[in-house]
Amino acid sequence: MGKIFFIFSLLMFYLSNAQSQMETIKKGSFIPLYGAVEAVKINTFEMDVYPVTNADYLEFVKKYPKWQKSVVIKLFADKNYLNEWVSDTIYNVSFKPNSPVTNISWYAAKAYCECQNKRLPTIDEWEYVAMANESQIDARKVKSYNDYILSWYEKPKTNVNEIGSTYKNYWGIYDLHGLVWEWTADFNSIMLGGESRGDGGQDSNLFCGSASIGASDLMNYAAFMRYAMRNSLKANNTSKNLGFRCVK
Amino acid sequence: MSNFLKLVLLIISFFFINCKNGKSEKENFAQNNTRDIVISGTMDAELTSPPFVPAPVGNRTAKKLIVNLEIIEKEGVLSSGVSYMYWTFGGTVPGSFIRARIGDEIHFTLSNHPDNKLPHNIDLHAVNGPGGGAESSFVAPGYEKLFSFKALNPGLFVYHCATAPVGMHIANGMYGLILIEPEGGLPKVDKEYYIMQGEFYTPGEIGDRGLQPFDMKRAIKEDPNYVVFNGSTDALLGDKAITAKSGETVRLFVGNGGPNLTSSFHVIGEIFDNVNIEGGSTMNHNVQTTSIPSGGAAIVEFKVDVPGNLVIVDHAIFRAFNKGALGILKVGGEEDKRIYSGVRQEGIYHPEGGTIQEIPISKSEIIETVVKKTLAEKIEHGKIIYNSTCLACHQGEGQGIKGVFPPLAKSDYLNANVSRAIDIVLHGKSGEIKVNGEKYNNIMPKQTLTDNEVMDVLNYVYNSWGNNKTEITSEMVAKVKASM
Repeated sequence: MGKIFFIFSLLMFYLSNAQSQMETIKKGSFIPLYGAVEAVKINTFEMDVYPVTNADYLEFVKKYPKWQKSVVIKLFADKNYLNEWVSDTIYNVSFKPNSPVTNISWYAAKAYCECQNKRLPTIDEWEYVAMANESQIDARKVKSYNDYILSWYEKPKTNVNEIGSTYKNYWGIYDLHGLVWEWTADFNSIMLGGESRGDGGQDSNLFCGSASIGASDLMNYAAFMRYAMRNSLKANNTSKNLGFRCVK
Repeated sequence: MSNFLKLVLLIISFFFINCKNGKSEKENFAQNNTRDIVISGTMDAELTSPPFVPAPVGNRTAKKLIVNLEIIEKEGVLSSGVSYMYWTFGGTVPGSFIRARIGDEIHFTLSNHPDNKLPHNIDLHAVNGPGGGAESSFVAPGYEKLFSFKALNPGLFVYHCATAPVGMHIANGMYGLILIEPEGGLPKVDKEYYIMQGEFYTPGEIGDRGLQPFDMKRAIKEDPNYVVFNGSTDALLGDKAITAKSGETVRLFVGNGGPNLTSSFHVIGEIFDNVNIEGGSTMNHNVQTTSIPSGGAAIVEFKVDVPGNLVIVDHAIFRAFNKGALGILKVGGEEDKRIYSGVRQEGIYHPEGGTIQEIPISKSEIIETVVKKTLAEKIEHGKIIYNSTCLACHQGEGQGIKGVFPPLAKSDYLNANVSRAIDIVLHGKSGEIKVNGEKYNNIMPKQTLTDNEVMDVLNYVYNSWGNNKTEITSEMVAKVKASM
């Protein structure tokens, strides 16, 4: 009996600390698909192992009531913010505590991370970690890696799955692909433009992520759609398939 | 006449001709006349799913026309037993049909369903403006965008999604048609339908079962496994065939979403009386096959003269009988023997003796792995084979063609002897037979089907159209094969 209780409390400890688990990402450099033509240096940082969950976020809004849905400043979160939550401090009964929290604006995500003494990752940081599969730092040319990302586009309602339900990558990080999209600090800094065919005519120094014309690998359309998604957002937008995680 | 006078006349005539040319060129630009059309009143646009179209504009004045189109990413049936995650405008492939008139000020709201994973937009070829609206309509899941445009040019136009990667969004089904009618509307006809061709690219073979993903490599190679009308191999077959009565006039609004192939649009057994070439204002007549480019459209009109099934195809014919670009226009009504006699006389023509034709490479020689399938699965798979292999002669409901192709529906000949039926599918058949009291004397070639396919297609036939529901097993097929 005591043993079961021990395991149970260990499990509870694990779950309640899911949000605080981080892994170290060692420094390195890589050429991102968009936004740069030369290698970008990434300094060593720590990243959350999992995306922020419903339970984590509930705790946050209880502690910081100004981010509750009825009082949040509309400039920082539009009317879709937490739109399936029943009230300010109760999320939908169909939500699992350990599913990623979604319908969060960029401002809200940023505030959450700052309250944990963390921050949102930059696009380059996020992409640097997310280009790994289970065994390689850079799996962007591996077929199974791209197939996994692409198959996610065809799976409806993955946002209701629990954190940790995808693979653990080289760095020990879960769920970068296959669960939800994630906010990044500079999400809108690479302009694909709403009109994704004519962007080649734009100032390529400013807008070097110019659609397919600027892509370093035409075949990597799996990533392309991630950049397109980021590009479609404003900072007060929220989406059912868009969550976040923090770094420091 | 003096030389001087001649020169003056020449100069004057040049001047005159130039003047005239200049004027007529300017008149040729539609916008000069249509941009100033005044609108009066507001109305909500009626949107319809294929193969149907909204009511004609008739004599109504130009209006502010409200269009609400919703983007939905959803799983649907590409072919029997094969599903696909479609990206759609309005929940269907092609997307909802939009019908407006010249001078309408179209207020277009594009909404992206919150469950969707991706941002999308719309490029309407009927728009004069950057990106055809794409720039103004780029919208994240859970949001909507409103933009407006004035319909300046009449015609039938394609719309499609233009979000990166553009080809993939189109290949997944994001295209449809918008019709801008001229003032007073198009001439009245009895029946109007909406058909749009498109290709699908999946990694396996045609008919591979289950949810099939999009294959970018194949799309880049322009090597589709499916070429279909209205988003599915079955969209215009069986119960879903479009219909008309003999003597009626039919107008088809035909588009080609592509993304890659040009359609050689043809209706077997009908001549197009009128074709609006490329959906524009030039009218051609008495056309057999019209070319519809990817991202283009055509309006074809014809009078259906005699009853029967007219087969709608892409006349790049392997696409029709092997990749799915097949539809049926079922014409009911009275026969007219003066226009089409049916068979008057028949005989056998054997220039090289009486052997049965054989296609050299026989698929049945390929060793198959045995797959355990339920009867329902066999029937479902058999239907696909039937539609691509047998339908052209034995027809959609197994009714055959009296005196030419024997019926398979409620067929006494079929139900009397299963081994004989297997043998005919495997080895072909020639000579006189009697089916349901009618004599037939024709040749059916040997079919290049695998043993499993023979089993599946016969299970479909025996379990359809009032036949005796015999279940065919692979052992039965093997036994017949061994006995030969």
